[in-house]
Amino acid sequence: MNQNKKRLRRTMMFLNAQKPGLIKDAYIYQPDSIMFDLEDAVAENQKDAARYSLYHGLKTIDYRGCEKIVRINGLDTPYWREDVRCAVAGGCDGIRVPKTESASQIKLVEGEIVKAERAYEVEAGKVLIMAAVESARGVMKAMDVCEASERMFGIALSGGDYTRDLQTHITGTGVELMGARQQLIIAARAAKVQCFDTVYTDLDNMEGFRKEVETIHLMGFDGKSIVNPRQIRVVHDIFTPSPKDISFSEKVVREIDEKKEKGIGVFTVDGKMIDIAFYDGAKRILDMAKASGVY
Amino acid sequence: MKIQKPAMAGTLESSDCQVTVEKGQGTVELELSSSVINQYGEQIRRVIQETLTKLEVEDVKIVVVDKGALDCTIRARVECAVYRANEETGPWRELA
Repeated sequence: MNQNKKRLRRTMMFLNAQKPGLIKDAYIYQPDSIMFDLEDAVAENQKDAARYSLYHGLKTIDYRGCEKIVRINGLDTPYWREDVRCAVAGGCDGIRVPKTESASQIKLVEGEIVKAERAYEVEAGKVLIMAAVESARGVMKAMDVCEASERMFGIALSGGDYTRDLQTHITGTGVELMGARQQLIIAARAAKVQCFDTVYTDLDNMEGFRKEVETIHLMGFDGKSIVNPRQIRVVHDIFTPSPKDISFSEKVVREIDEKKEKGIGVFTVDGKMIDIAFYDGAKRILDMAKASGVY
Repeated sequence: MKIQKPAMAGTLESSDCQVTVEKGQGTVELELSSSVINQYGEQIRRVIQETLTKLEVEDVKIVVVDKGALDCTIRARVECAVYRANEETGPWRELA
């Protein structure tokens, strides 16, 4: 398995691949992943220019540990195959497939990635895939999509298009996204891939942004798509385990290991009842803390 | 590669450069303007010439307006303009 499948992805920062001013130093903000956009951010008559810009950016700039993902154009456009070739040749880590509604679309993209990896002598299996769900049909097919390929590392909700398809709009309350968020996170967990929330575009409402991030964190999401560097710290603060969480998780892991030896199944840690069901969660918090650099 | 028709790529935004190519008079004729021409003029010219050489372009009039672009951006814009002038797409590996 590609070891990067489970890497830390609290923030995925979108930027227009056609804009040199954006791609030259995005790493200084330290998002976990950078999402180079060849799709909606790039005007129809600049698709080619964006690819040259992306290719040379990927080849030349040291992104210092940030994951490099490329959002290709939709499979209903004449652009996506060339997008895949350019991204793989440039050395991207992953491809984001927009408007996904079926497993067959993921397999189609996977086929192009395989061809590009061979053509450009990229290590086989290096380039991962994530799917963006942007429609009611996509939400209903989420499980199939998540299991479509060994390269799949995650699924993301794209709220703007999804709410349009649902014949509603982004309200800021999250009520219009509740069902999709719940369904995607369940599908992702069942398929053992990661799950990412949609962007929050009201950049002046940082309080609203924080509340939304707290909600999706509690729902079980792995991270959030972001559109501005100042959103990064909020997401990282919320998704990075606190010293209290780390200390408690350490105790839980240690106590469960010790009590298991003694044949004790249920006991208390800091006044809370603990059994084996808490083990994986505590280990996950410690793993997350390690990956976040705080443990 | 021959320049079949005039073409342009890039913008005048900061960190970018705008490249215009048209058929030359048998040689490479380069017109460069840049706010950092005194510091980096030679370097920019070298990157442009290297890119044209890789693309085997020997007959071109090329105008570059630089707004503080990195080398990789200059390469990207020159290639894009040349390929647009030929209605082709980059073969990626050969450009590496």
